[in-house]
Amino acid sequence: MNRAIAMADEGRGTSLVEVREVVKTYSTSEGPLPVLSGVSFDLNAGVSLALTGESGSGKSTLLHLLAGLDRTDSGSIRIEGTELERLGDAELSALRRQRIGLVFQQFNLIPSLDVRSNIAFHARLAGRLDPSWRDELVERLGLSGLLNRYPEQLSGGQQQRVAIARTLAMRPILVLADEPTGNLDEASAASVLALMLDLVRASGAGLIMATHSLRIAGQLDRRLHLSAGRILAC
Amino acid sequence: MLTVALKALLSHWVRSPFQLTMMLIGLSAATALWSGVQAVNSEARASYDSAASQVAGERFSRLEAPDGQDFDEENFIRLRRAGWLVSPVLEGTTILQGEAVRVLGVDPLTLPSGAVSVDPAAPGRLGAFLSRPGLILASADIAAKLSGRIPQTIETSEDLPDGTVVADIGLAQMLLDRPGRISRLIVASEQRSGLTALQSLVPELELRAPAAANDLARLTDSFHLNLTAFGFLAFVVGLFIVYSAVGLAFEQRRPTFRTLRALGVSTATLSGLLVFELGVFALVGGALGVVLGYGVAGLLLPGVSATLEGLYGAVGPQSLTLRPSWWISGMALSALGVFAASAQGVWTIWRMPVLASAQPRAWARASRAVRLWQAGFACVFCAGALILLQVGNGLLAGFAVMGGLLLGAALALPLLLSATLEGLRRLARTPLTEWFFADTLLQAPRLSFALMALLMALSANVGVGVMVSSFRLTFNAWLDQRFVADVYVSARSSEEGDRLFAFAAPRVQEALPIWGAEARLGDLPGEIFGVAVSASYRDHWPLLEAVPGAWDRVETGGEILINEQLARRRDISPGDVFVLGPGWSARIAGVYSDYGNPEGQALVEISEFRRRFPDAPRLRYAFRTREGDTDAFMRSLVSEFGLPSEAIIDQAQIKAVSRRIFEQTFAVTAALNALTLSVAGLALFASLMTLSSMRVSQLAPVWAMGARLPGLAGLELLRTAGLALLVTLAAIPTGLGLAHVLLSVVNVEAFGWRLPMHVFPGDWLQLGVLSMIVALASTLIPAQRLAYMSPSVLLKVFTSER
Amino acid sequence: MSVRCLFLCLWLCASAHAQGFAGLGAPAKGFASPVRGGELSFPADHGAHSEYRIEWWYLTANLEDSQGRPYGAQWTLFRTALTPGEGGGWSDPQLYMGHAALTSRTDHVFAERLGRGGTGQAGVRTSPFGASIDDWSMKSLAAAEADPLSHLELFAAGPAFSYRLTAKSDRPLILHGDRGYSLKSASGQASYYYSQPFYKVTGEIELNGRRTKVSGQAWLDREWSSQPLAADQTGWDWFSLHFDNGEKLMGFSLRDSANGFSSGTWISREGRGIPLSRNSLKAIPLAYTRVEGRRIPTRWRIVLEARRIDVTLRAINPKAFMKTSAPYWEGPVTISGSHPGQGYLEMTGYE
Repeated sequence: MNRAIAMADEGRGTSLVEVREVVKTYSTSEGPLPVLSGVSFDLNAGVSLALTGESGSGKSTLLHLLAGLDRTDSGSIRIEGTELERLGDAELSALRRQRIGLVFQQFNLIPSLDVRSNIAFHARLAGRLDPSWRDELVERLGLSGLLNRYPEQLSGGQQQRVAIARTLAMRPILVLADEPTGNLDEASAASVLALMLDLVRASGAGLIMATHSLRIAGQLDRRLHLSAGRILAC
Repeated sequence: MLTVALKALLSHWVRSPFQLTMMLIGLSAATALWSGVQAVNSEARASYDSAASQVAGERFSRLEAPDGQDFDEENFIRLRRAGWLVSPVLEGTTILQGEAVRVLGVDPLTLPSGAVSVDPAAPGRLGAFLSRPGLILASADIAAKLSGRIPQTIETSEDLPDGTVVADIGLAQMLLDRPGRISRLIVASEQRSGLTALQSLVPELELRAPAAANDLARLTDSFHLNLTAFGFLAFVVGLFIVYSAVGLAFEQRRPTFRTLRALGVSTATLSGLLVFELGVFALVGGALGVVLGYGVAGLLLPGVSATLEGLYGAVGPQSLTLRPSWWISGMALSALGVFAASAQGVWTIWRMPVLASAQPRAWARASRAVRLWQAGFACVFCAGALILLQVGNGLLAGFAVMGGLLLGAALALPLLLSATLEGLRRLARTPLTEWFFADTLLQAPRLSFALMALLMALSANVGVGVMVSSFRLTFNAWLDQRFVADVYVSARSSEEGDRLFAFAAPRVQEALPIWGAEARLGDLPGEIFGVAVSASYRDHWPLLEAVPGAWDRVETGGEILINEQLARRRDISPGDVFVLGPGWSARIAGVYSDYGNPEGQALVEISEFRRRFPDAPRLRYAFRTREGDTDAFMRSLVSEFGLPSEAIIDQAQIKAVSRRIFEQTFAVTAALNALTLSVAGLALFASLMTLSSMRVSQLAPVWAMGARLPGLAGLELLRTAGLALLVTLAAIPTGLGLAHVLLSVVNVEAFGWRLPMHVFPGDWLQLGVLSMIVALASTLIPAQRLAYMSPSVLLKVFTSER
Repeated sequence: MSVRCLFLCLWLCASAHAQGFAGLGAPAKGFASPVRGGELSFPADHGAHSEYRIEWWYLTANLEDSQGRPYGAQWTLFRTALTPGEGGGWSDPQLYMGHAALTSRTDHVFAERLGRGGTGQAGVRTSPFGASIDDWSMKSLAAAEADPLSHLELFAAGPAFSYRLTAKSDRPLILHGDRGYSLKSASGQASYYYSQPFYKVTGEIELNGRRTKVSGQAWLDREWSSQPLAADQTGWDWFSLHFDNGEKLMGFSLRDSANGFSSGTWISREGRGIPLSRNSLKAIPLAYTRVEGRRIPTRWRIVLEARRIDVTLRAINPKAFMKTSAPYWEGPVTISGSHPGQGYLEMTGYE
């Protein structure tokens, strides 16, 4: 997708995500470790954004902050205009339950539940399971034959496809993905990624994906490069 | 290389001090309870042994006068000269320098070896023992008191019960002032053939089989088996802790193992190192366990002694000596425990390919097949127990039935739990409840050992609780019935007894003599009592079984009443004729319950008693006072008649004493019960703690999708409480089964009486709450950890390289 | 033959030492000591000498059944005193120990009895003569004018054997050494020692349930003393030999850290005892047997040049070991060589 279209997308509506001067420092045994040192950007609904950078550049931390799994030291993050810093734990949890879908590199699934229940789980938590949409996802992700299996009985690619189905089944407004194909071989990574981008686009949700692969980043609408906790270039 | 590899392995423990602590606690708790109980048992046995054998000849056949009195030593010479290998013993009590001393006189030259717990013929002792003034062997207390105050040399012997000395028979005759007399002759077990029969050589003496000691051993064996069973239960429960700690350590170190293997450490070396590591743990845990066990034994010992003395009249152990055998057995047990708990782990390492996945798999999920197998074994155990209950008899069979029941129930538990949880999960309507049950179902097999331990501990609790309550109820009712008189008095001599009777008779409603004599009932030791049949007896004396008009038959028909113990031991019932002794057989009119008495007993009419035992002391009387006159009558006994007040006991006092003995009897069982339950709690705690670190990856996705940590922690508590509740529900029928076995098999064998079962459901509620508290207490720390877990810990799950 | 006293000493020694009694190496306090020239008088000296510490009545018999199978029988009563003199009842310091054994080529069975003198369980009386412990006895059947030891009846029994033997002799008692004063070491320890080696024996033995009539010859030793051996004496070998020509030989050799001490008495057919000069008797072990974990010589060469005796002794049963309170080897032997015959061999102190 070219820059022109990206600019056009940005103008399409109000910002889904607004990140302003976010700073995050972890305290370690060797002293404070600055991870994010003033990061700002916006994202509109329906747009996909790649976060690239080396290991330790703060990609994952930024995603966690966006998901409300962790808190900023300073700066602000707004999602649909709501400032996360103002929300309590209960409201952050509700935000995740209702609005945000997460796909991680690993351990996305609940080991005690079978694939069918895993796919429905987040949507049911959000209280809006749409069976036809779920069935469509199952169909498109090629999971029909796996519904009765348990996570430990699936390959890495299958697990990630289930995670995507689960995330999209609850119709999030924002999907956050952290190296979703990092554990997969090239072929399955490509197919999982293609499916994911396709489906996110079809659902109209915003997508932020952390990845170290420039090739993957190239398939997304926008790209931000993080280095030493700052955005270097777009 | 070995050191480097070992360091790598051991570093795990440095980094997980909690696991290390749990394992050592589990190991030492298991060893401690087991070795503590064993220590108490062996102390008690040692104390009977010394008690039994210092009575010299309890283990041998012996010749005694029928009345148990002394006889002339000339019998000894006559038998020796006829070729019989017999050895004289004189036994009696005397006052030496103001100390009451039990003197046992023996002839070391003819004493069969093993007849006395000390060996007076030991080299270095014999000459002095036989010389005059002589040497005496004394128990430690007597040695301390008499040393230097009597002309004899005193040698202390640890093997003698308190208050006892062993001396040459000649010296004993002098000390006891019974020259030329002996109490009995020990008959050596090996005699040559062709000897003249004993009856014709010493017709006035009776040959007695070495039975008395066996009786005591048989009676107390039940008690020790009881303790052993509990000790073993506690040991098994403790092993679960070790199992969970060792299992986790193996799981978590799989990457280390793989790396070591990849770096060229052979499987054999690795296994060897692990075995070495486990050996060190066994050593440390075992040593701690033995020391703790010493403490446990010290704690239990007074109760055990009280029980043994109260219930069996046996001399209980008074002090604890740390015997080397404990160290050995404690260490061996600890090693056994460690290796049993870690066999699976070591086996896995042995078979693990070098390139096996380093990702820690969750513990092997107990598949359906495993659960079915367990259930199959459970059925086998339960069926075995039921069959044994029908066909087996004896104490050991009773305990085997109990063991079968417990194991069967424990093995059936996982299937029961999974079926229940599966059902509940189907009923679940919300995703979180569904997840909750699904997740519990996943956890249950990992907790199953701890839950089985809890089940066993709770079942034992229910069973013993029902037994003790039933016993208490029956016993109290019996006490109220049986002690009908208001005042019980002991005179100091028969003559005083006669005067007492004359004094009291006009002052009370009824004066009842209670004259007894020790006698042999058939071939069992026991007592015969003479009673004046009166309304008091007719109305109050509790008879279990009787022929019609039993009391009339006793009063006028020369029939007798016997206690339940005698009836069961001899397998006789009312209407049968029982041979009491030479030339005396009587029909049995009834059987009465006689709780708390180890020996057989018979009641006969008082005039019959006087005819049979003209010399029996007439010392004890029971008086029914006139309404409200008890205190006045007791005062008159002291002030007018001149009895010391300690010779008079009123009914309330005697009941109080009886109840105290009763409570002591079960104090030890209760203490062990509590200990077992706490170990089970510890096992649960250890399992939950070790699971909690593995659970992060299971909880993280749920949390990431918007479930809150405090809520999840609450669910953890709820889960454990729910499991505890399920286990308690399963424990109640198991416990009732145990109670049935205890009441109708074990008690009958052990004590000689059968008790009706009384059930107190209120107790179970209490137990349910207790188990819930144990469960919640064991979850509290893991749950609290979860509630306040830093997000970064949870986030690591999704990102960190594993 | 005071060497035999060592048993009793061994048996009681430890007791005495541990209890701080006078060491037995020194002349026994309070006890009488044998004196050279002290005349023995009979029948009084057949009885117990309670003022001496140790004493025994020791009979060994070489027997055979109608098929010519050899047997050995031993009947021994030891006396030892805690203190000199007698006391009544249990406080009597006179202790007795009986040893009895029956030996065949294949079996060796024995028994031990202990008892006190004062109670009547054990003791020795002089008229009529009788020594006994429990039901074991050595009783005189001799006519009033004859020596009481000239005709004896013996009985002993254990769990696996019993025997009843009658022993008769028509020859005189043999007094060893200087009229019964027998020197036992270079340092002067001595005992009173006499024997009756000329018994003809008949009787019945019962071994493992089988009764057998037997006959043969026997040797009685009587000895008492108060002095034990020197501390460096480790054991001894003692022989009582009946030669087929009617002559007898008693010999003993004490083993010590130096050259040892041997002596004995040669006895003529008629009953004349001639003491051997010191160390003229040579006893050389030829073959050993392992018995009860010990290495014991069970074949010997005995040489007495003065009498031109050079014989070999062979144990009838090399396993004739007495596993009693004080263990020793005692059993019958056959004699071959210059003077064939039979006899008894006793050995102590082999480890």
